[in-house]
Parts: sequence; C-alpha cells; structure tokens
Amino acid sequence: MGTLEGDEPMVSCKTIIAHLSEYLDGDATPEMRQKIEKHLRRCHRCTAVYDSTRKMLVITGDERVFQIPAGFSERLHSFLDATLAKM
Amino acid sequence: MILPMDDKAEQEKTPEPLLIRRILAGERELFHDLIRPYERGAFILAYSILRNREDAEEAVQQAMLNIFSRLSQLDDVERFKQWAMRVVENEAKMYRRKRRQHLYESIDASSQDSAEGKAFRPRQFADWRDLPSDVVEQTEVRQAIWKALDELPDIYREVFVLRDVQHLDVAETAQVLEISEPAVKTRLHRARLMMRESLTPMFAKPKGSIWERWKGMNPWLAAKR
Repeated sequence: MGTLEGDEPMVSCKTIIAHLSEYLDGDATPEMRQKIEKHLRRCHRCTAVYDSTRKMLVITGDERVFQIPAGFSERLHSFLDATLAKM
Repeated sequence: MILPMDDKAEQEKTPEPLLIRRILAGERELFHDLIRPYERGAFILAYSILRNREDAEEAVQQAMLNIFSRLSQLDDVERFKQWAMRVVENEAKMYRRKRRQHLYESIDASSQDSAEGKAFRPRQFADWRDLPSDVVEQTEVRQAIWKALDELPDIYREVFVLRDVQHLDVAETAQVLEISEPAVKTRLHRARLMMRESLTPMFAKPKGSIWERWKGMNPWLAAKR
C-alpha cells in the first residue's frame, strides 16, 4: 500500500501512522505534511485512521464528556472554607 | 457544572498573578476564585491516576489545600496552572500509594515503558460515521469514552488527559509530568491511537455490501474515489 504509482514512491503507511499525531497538531514539517497529504489522497486505510482519530479528538475534547460529579464544586469549596477557617 | 465562559470572564477581571499576590497578602477568600477554573481539570487528572471518582474527589480536596499552603513557594506566578496540576498529580499518586495500589502499578509501569519504544499498529480500519455535536449527550457514548480512557495504561492516560482533555500544550504537559517534551509527544501519539482503536467499534459506519468492504481494502480503487 505504500508504493502506489506517482512521480516518486509514496512513503509507507507505517511512516504515515508514526507521524499522524504531529500532523494532527499541525507540528509536522512542511515536507512531511506534503508526504502525508499525498499518501492520504490515495490510501483508504490511513485516511480512515486519520479521520477517525480526528473525530475522536473532537468528542474527547468536548467538556460534556468528562463531567465532574454533581455537587463536586460545592463540596470542594465548603471543605476549603471549613479547613482554612481552622488554619 | 462549571461554566467555562464565566471562568474566563472572571480571569479577565482579575489577572491570575494579581490574584495570587492578593491571596498571599492575606485575602484568603480569593483562593476560591483562583482555583475555580482548574477544578474540572484537577478532578480528571486525579481520576486518570486513581480511576475512582470518590478517591479522585478526596485527592483533589487535599491537593487544593496543599496548593493554598504552598502558594508562597510558587516561583513563577505565570506558571500557576502547571504548578497546581503538578501538586494534584503528586497528591493523587500519594493517595494511590496509601491505598497500596502501587503493588500493581510497579508491574504495569515497567511493561508500559518497554512498550513505549515500539510502534503502535492500528488494527481497526473502519470509517467512522459523521458524529453530530450532540452525540456526547448520549449516556452510552460518554460511558464508552470513560471506559476507553480507563483502559489506557497509566502513562498514556495522564498525557492524554492533560493534552487532549485539558488542552495543555506540550511544554506545559512536560512540566506537570516532569518528563521530556519528546516523551510527551510519543506517549500522546500512542494514547490517541489506542483511544481511537477502543472507540472504533462504537463509531464505525455500519458495514456496507461485500463490494464496499472489498473496495475499502483495495488501495487502487480507494485512490479513485
């Protein structure tokens, strides 16, 4: 899958996966970014991994997912008030 | 539930370094305002270490007290966030040691370290369906995400929570965990791929015809899509 036709050999799927995280963060070098984008246009499996990782980051970064327990904030501030009053 | 917009508005009213100086000068009641923006992050970080909501809540209460007591030791007021999260991290680990969970942790940590150098190979290649923004309102979706997080090995879970849940940058994450920035990037990469792998069965598009599935496996046809 890493050697499809083109002007130059495509980088391997392994290389693409290894650089996926930095690509998602916008930290890939311009050269690597170009290689990744070229690869993604032609490789369905790497595109599936890229696209699903991107979607995963959107949902896990949503504040509604990891909610603190009900009453957590009130209990924390009451505890601090009570303890600091004794200090 | 904390409203982040309110927190931001509050922060704009009184800049954090000024808030810290006023607390140190004796205005103790302002400590509540100082920590309010970090409560959720502190809880999730403590949870990522303890994997128990009650324990995490107790550890955060103690950590916040430690933050108050040691506030005068903070070298750089601009780095309060990283410093405070470091205190939370330490407190949660201390709590875990008290609970004797370290007996299991030491075994896990060594196997996790050895796995770190190896490249992670995805096994699930199904396309994910488009997810509407309210998908996270579904209880089963939230539970699946918590479960996927629970199943990450410790060293990956902490990095994932700091970077992708709390949105700290790489340098801040490295400071909280006292590891190098390349180590943060390596662990985060692995954590993301593992999270994606765990959640793929839940979010994969329903399987189509045999032709569709075969087409997905074939790079020549995929390239022509």
